[in-house]
Amino acid sequence: MAKSSFRVVQDEIDTQALLAEVGAPGAGGTTLFVGTTRDENEGRVIERLEYEVYEAMAVDEMRRIGDEIRRRWDVVAVSMVHRVGVVPIGNASVAVAVSAAHRDEAFAACRYGIDTLKATVPIWKKEYYRGGEHWVGPCHAHAASGRG
Amino acid sequence: MTVRVLFFAYLRERCGVREIACELPEGATVDDVWRTLLARYDRLPPEAPRFAVNRLYVDKAHPLHDNDELALIPPVSGGL
Repeated sequence: MAKSSFRVVQDEIDTQALLAEVGAPGAGGTTLFVGTTRDENEGRVIERLEYEVYEAMAVDEMRRIGDEIRRRWDVVAVSMVHRVGVVPIGNASVAVAVSAAHRDEAFAACRYGIDTLKATVPIWKKEYYRGGEHWVGPCHAHAASGRG
Repeated sequence: MTVRVLFFAYLRERCGVREIACELPEGATVDDVWRTLLARYDRLPPEAPRFAVNRLYVDKAHPLHDNDELALIPPVSGGL
């Protein structure tokens, strides 16, 4: 039976489990978006990435995105998971899975899901690179690296 | 009334605090807390972040109640 879930985890994201969770006999199409940590950003070689979370609100906010997806599209299930703490380079930091009867809904809802998550879910990424550290997002956060 | 104020990410680092309790007069708003914080923490940037009360985004005019949880939400950067 398909199940939606909204979670913050400390360990590796199991994308196969996410796919299995949203799967259902009536779901003809499932989209899975996986975001992975990169080793480069704006010319800096990233050595380590760490995510901080306001966990209670992050889960609520993901659930609200799921509710909005159900209002806008005819989907079977939506699951979102974000990994926090230190995430090694090349590992999944976020995954969104959407199942629907047809692929158009599955693609559109998954796109909306990851875009909205990045804009509203209270999670912050900190990059550690040679010679400094930097909270991603606001330009004045550069000061936190000791460079400003 | 007392409101819990939560700091995250670079705001937490700048102010050196994760959570404080703020004593406020009845009828105080989010903006009142923000002004209080600006006066208390000189490393707080003057531009206001987003605010959430009891885990929902609100605007600065939002009225507060006893035991509310007010979070300062700097620009988020979750995802990949």
